[in-house]
Formats: sequence, structure tokens, C-alpha cells
Amino acid sequence: MRGMTLIVKTITRLIVGLIFLYGIYIVFHGHLTPGGGFAGGIIIAGAFILLVLAEGSEELSTEVKKWRASLFESLGIFIFWLLAILGLFTGSVFFLNLLPKGKEYHLFSAGIIPLCNIGIGLEVAAAIFAIFITFAVLKLGGKE
Amino acid sequence: MIYYLLCMLLFVIGLYGVLVKRNLIKIIIGLVLMEYATFLFLALVGYKKGGTAPIITKGFEKAVFVDPLPQALVLTAIVIGLATTALVVSIAVRIYQRYGTFDVKEIRRLKE
Amino acid sequence: MIDLYILLIFMIIGAIVAIEVKDLLSSVVAVGAVGLGLSIVFLILKAPDVAITQLVVEILCLIILIRATLKKDLPFSTSGRWVLNTVITIGFIAVFLIAAMKCLRELPEFGYPTMKVASTYLKEGLSETGATNLVSSVILNYRAYDTLGEVTVLFTAVMGVIVVLRKIGRRTREKLPDETKVTGSRKIEEK
Repeated sequence: MRGMTLIVKTITRLIVGLIFLYGIYIVFHGHLTPGGGFAGGIIIAGAFILLVLAEGSEELSTEVKKWRASLFESLGIFIFWLLAILGLFTGSVFFLNLLPKGKEYHLFSAGIIPLCNIGIGLEVAAAIFAIFITFAVLKLGGKE
Repeated sequence: MIYYLLCMLLFVIGLYGVLVKRNLIKIIIGLVLMEYATFLFLALVGYKKGGTAPIITKGFEKAVFVDPLPQALVLTAIVIGLATTALVVSIAVRIYQRYGTFDVKEIRRLKE
Repeated sequence: MIDLYILLIFMIIGAIVAIEVKDLLSSVVAVGAVGLGLSIVFLILKAPDVAITQLVVEILCLIILIRATLKKDLPFSTSGRWVLNTVITIGFIAVFLIAAMKCLRELPEFGYPTMKVASTYLKEGLSETGATNLVSSVILNYRAYDTLGEVTVLFTAVMGVIVVLRKIGRRTREKLPDETKVTGSRKIEEK
């Protein structure tokens, strides 16, 4: 897949960092404002997808990217499962909300919910990026 | 009541696309339209007249809220819909690489 | 709610365009328009979480669909079987719509839902979980099993995509002469 023109490449280099930061903001404030892990994770994946689309996939080594995307995806699910099982270790139910619930409207409140959001955001971002890379290296119509 | 009927109309258009069309991509588009109709129906059931979004803000703790339960269901279903669409499209791409066409009748004829 | 009417009719027109148009790229763009209209409808129905998620997911769905569509569509031949198929489908759809109209009267009226479980979530949500976003507290605290299942389904689907679209070696190259005979003759007919 070829890259795009010079204008798109310059603007992409300026904007990608902002999109990434915005995605992290939506993931972290999932318990205070609308958003949460799913929407934030897809926005983070969108930043990487923009990078690949603008630069062209021939120059980037996509094998390494696919391996790293799978690693982060498994890491995200592992964090989520770990937080779920933590309730079992303290002798109670499966998904117990055991961290202290602080004051409302603060960032570090609501027990286990922000950490769950981080795990889900990581997993969704890596999964969507892996899907896109798999479609990007495809050579369509290889019969002719 | 008219809203529910219009939502069913969207679902029926998707169903027509799945059953009648012969192009694989049109069948996939019909599936996607059926999913959208389902999300719309779930969101319509949970609406309360005069309510606001179910997010507590300073100074509005005692407001009337919209039902949050269908919104949670739809949030989960949207991401699952994306995953299944990606899977079905990847199978369609593989079929094109193998048979050279997207037409369902041709594929059935070429398979023998 | 006149804006809800207008947006729903816009979505239905977009859906009809998406199904009927012969060009594949135009129908994918029409599906994108239906998805964006759905996102605005979610905003009108006071669900901002869902609207954000639907917007970004719609954009990604468009990227995946456009990557897989080609430039030409196949000519649509009307043989005898096709007419019978369409008539049976339209009959089935008519029966479905009549049954749906009877069943939809049982639902509570639009705008007055019976929130038996949700009223408990709304009252106790802040004090039990400490999160001010009540939809997040429903997803990750009261209904966390559904989120666990959803994460598993996403993981499995991505694994399926990676396995299906793997690079196959030379096995498929030997089958090439059979298909070029068939597609070669069709190309000559079109010209």
C-alpha cells in the first residue's frame, strides 16, 4: 500500500501525538465522563492506523508490528483477568470491587474501575491495530 | 410507536439484502444494517421523556435519568459487531482470492 | 420529536441506497452515512457514551470494508429462479412486519420505560461504586461478566482474522489455469 502526499505526511507527524494523548485521556477518565475503555482504545488504535496509512506499509516492517500488537493484546486481557481473580484471593466473590472508593469526581476513585478501563483500552487498541495490519499487507486480486 | 416501526423497517431492508442479493459484499452490508437496527431498537426502549444522560454532575445529583441498562448492552454489542464484520470480510476476501469472483451463484457452480 | 423522525427517514433512505446501487464503493459510503446518522440518533436519545463508541467504530468498519471492495460490480442476470426468490422473500417480510406490529403494542409506550432494575442502579450507583459515570458502573461493576465475555469474543475474532488471512505458499498457484479459462471467457464477453 503506497503512502500519501507530502502535505498529509507533514500534518500526520504533527497530529499523531495529540490523537494518542486524547485516547489516553478518554480511557483514564472513563468513570467520570462519557467514554470508557472501548471508545478510548479505538481512538488509540486510530493514531497508529493514521501513521501506517500516511507513510505507506512498504517501508514499515509489519511482521514486527503484528507480533508486538499480539503481545499488548494478551497483556491487556491478562490485566483484566488478574483484577477479576483478585477478588477470589481475598476469600469473596469473583469481581469484587476491593480498592477504596475515594471521594467522588476525583481521578483516583471508584475502586477497581479505572484499572479495568486501562486493561480493556490496551486490549481493544492492540486488537483493532492487528486487524488493520492484517488487511493492509493483503495483496488483493492475486489471480491475475 | 411509529419509531419502533421505522426501526423494524430498517431491519427488514437489511434482511432483504441478505436473502435476495447475489453479491457477497451486498450480503455483508445487509448484515451490518441488521445490526444497526438492533442497536437502534435497544436504545429506543431505554429512553425516558424529559430525562438527561446518566452521568452525575455537580449540582444535578437529583435529576431524572435515562435508563442506563440498554446503553450498557449496546456499548458491548457495538464492539462485537465490529469484530464479526472484520471476520466475515476476511472470509470474503479469501473467497475472492480462491474463486476470482464475488457472485454467490458462480461460486456454487465453480465448487463442483 | 421531529428531529428523530427526520433522522430515521434519512437512515432508511440511506439503507435503500446502500442495498440497491450497483457500484460497490457507493454502497459502502451509504453504509457510512447510515452509521453516522445512527450516532446522531444516539445523541438525541441522551446516550453520549454509546454515540462516541458508535462513531469511531463506524469509521473503522468503513476502512475495513473499503479495503475489501473492488472497482467493478458483477452484472445482474434475471433468471427464473430469481423472481421466485424475491416474491417469497417479500411475502415473508410482509408476514414478519404484521407479526411485529402485533408484538410491538405490548411494549410500554415510548418515553415511559418501566425501570425496575435500573432504578436501583441509579439510586445506589454512586454510593456503592464511587463512579459518577453510571453507565461505566453498570458495565464494570454490576454487569462485569458481560464485559469479560465481550473481551473474549473480540480476542477470538482477531485471532480468527489473523489465521484466515495468512500468506499461503505456492499451493494455490497450481490451480491457476482452471480459473483463468472461466474468467478469461467472461472478460471477452463484457468487452
